[in-house]
Order: sequence, then C-alpha cells, then structure tokens
Amino acid sequence: MSDQGKYDAGSNVGEDRSAGEAEPGVTLGQEVRANLLGLALAIGLTAASFWIATMPHLIYGPGVAMALLVLAVAQMGIHLVFFLHITTSPDNANNVLALAFGVLIVALIVFGSIWVMTHMNHNIGSMSEWMRKQQ
Amino acid sequence: MNSAVASLEPGSEESESAVTGHGAGGPAPKRIVVGYGFWIFLISDVVMFSTLFASYAVLFKETAGGPSARELFDLRNTAAETALLLASTFTCAMASLAVAHRNMKWTQLSLLVTGLLGAAFLTLEWREFAGLVARGAGPTRSAFLSSFFTLVGCHGAHVTAGILWLGTMMAQFPAKGFRRDICHRFLCFSLFWHALDIIWVAIFSLVYLVGTLPSELLP
Repeated sequence: MSDQGKYDAGSNVGEDRSAGEAEPGVTLGQEVRANLLGLALAIGLTAASFWIATMPHLIYGPGVAMALLVLAVAQMGIHLVFFLHITTSPDNANNVLALAFGVLIVALIVFGSIWVMTHMNHNIGSMSEWMRKQQ
Repeated sequence: MNSAVASLEPGSEESESAVTGHGAGGPAPKRIVVGYGFWIFLISDVVMFSTLFASYAVLFKETAGGPSARELFDLRNTAAETALLLASTFTCAMASLAVAHRNMKWTQLSLLVTGLLGAAFLTLEWREFAGLVARGAGPTRSAFLSSFFTLVGCHGAHVTAGILWLGTMMAQFPAKGFRRDICHRFLCFSLFWHALDIIWVAIFSLVYLVGTLPSELLP
C-alpha cells in the first residue's frame, strides 16, 4: 500500500518493473520496429480478406468463406503476439492457459449453437420457411 | 505451531511465498498479476461477444422478407472503419512505448491520436446505423437485423467506453505523473483497446465480408 503512491520513475527494484516499463535489453528502435511489423502483417491480412471477398471468383468457390475465416484467425494471432504481447515466456503461462480455455468456450458456444440450430431447422423447418408457408 | 501461525501473517515477505508455494522466486510482480486479472476479464468479454456472434450466425438468413446483408452493407465503409481502428491500435502501442520510456509529450500525443481515430470510427459506424434505420432496415425489421445491431452496436459501445477511459488516462498522466498505479491502469487500458481490435477483425471478416458473399458461396 505504501508503495502505491510513490512516483517510481527509474526507481524500480529488481524484477518488479512498473507496468509497461521498458524491457531491459530491448532498444526503443527494436520495439518500434516490432510494432511496425505487426501493423504491416495486419494490413496485409486485412487487404487479402477484402481482396478475396470482393473478387470471390478468383479462388475455389466453396473455399471463400473458409479462407476469410482462416485470414481472420491469423490476424487475431498477429494482434495477440505483437500488440497484446502474449508470448511463450514463463511470465505468460497463466495468460496462455486462460486464453486456451477462452478459445474452448468460444468454440463450444459458436459451433454448438450453429450445429444445434441447423439440425432444428432441418427437423422442424426454419422460421422463414414456416412464415412462407403461412402466406 | 506458533511459527506456522506467524508465517500466515499478511505482509511479511516469507509468508506469501510459503502460502502461495512460489518458492524462492516469491510472488509474481504486480504488473504480471494486474495484467493477468484484466486478461481474465477480457476473455469473459470475448465469451460474451461469442454468444452474439452465434446469434448472428444462426439468425443470418431470417430476414423476414426484408433486406439481406448483401443488399445492405457497403464494404467501402467497412474498409474505412477497419483502417481507422487498425491505425488506432498501432498508435495505442506507440503510447505504451512512450509510457515505458516515461515520455509525457509522446504519451499524450499518441493517446490523442488514438482517441481521434476511435472517434472517427464511431462517427462512421453511427452514420452507417443511421443510414440503415432511414432505409427502414433498423433493428426491429427482422431477426437478422436485430442480431446485427446487437453485435456491432455492442462493439461500438465498448469503443465508446474505451474513449472515455482514454480521456481519463490523458487527464491522469499529467496530473499524477507516471505513478505505478497509473501505469497499471494504462496497461489495462491498452489491453482493452487491442482486444477491441481483435473483436473488430472477427466482425469485419465474418459479418461484413462473409455476409456479403453471393448466396451460392455461403456455407
């Protein structure tokens, strides 16, 4: 508690650097270059997504939606590594485990919902079909 | 017996490592613990967004005779929004570097640019929503549009909250300096802002780009 209020610029002891304090052994130039690399990769993947979506006939038709999904997941990985600094270092082990569990839950919710609902639509017909029959 | 009780006394250095089993290294530094706690919150936020994505995917074809995604969405607007948010994520990373190097001028400048890019993003999103409502394609038109406005609007609400938080940080850095607690707060803000861009990647890819594919190419 007593530490909290201290103005601690340049007075960090040992391991306990303050949040976002410059990492030892990494120059500012290297950090800026890493961010620029992350930005360039994200721009490249975004451009590829828009290019495929606006000219879908260029690649195998049924693969278009899958290609967009893969590009999106790749770009999320770029953001996680370059901007959220999720790495394989021991400092990050807990973050990676929490992320893995989060991905599991997200996959269960999204694919589970789609799976269950398409089967319901097959068995009882979707709402829009039902409304067409009413007219 | 007595020493075991004494070692559970809060505040003494040894007691913490004995209780948490961290051994010689001691407990993790505060910046790691703060980042981890906020990371757990962000993942719970992502799980909430996943339910909205699931609703959108399930309700995508339920247009109730109204306009479909392909008829409504303007990909040029989506591209501009994407560019603004991606640029703001980069300037936010620059702000993190400026904070790490304790440079007030660059911290404030990159935070200001981040906020302006975020505000420009919200302006474009607001114009898009207003345009849809004016064309009779508001959230009440169909289940598809309800799920669209909920998902994309929830992301917009997060960006709005992020801009308010950003303004708070811009006021607190000059007022309180690069104090340890303020820097931890900023660490959480930067994680929040970068996570919003990850959500937007999913939105522009799956809602806008997959959504506007010709119907024979949809899965």
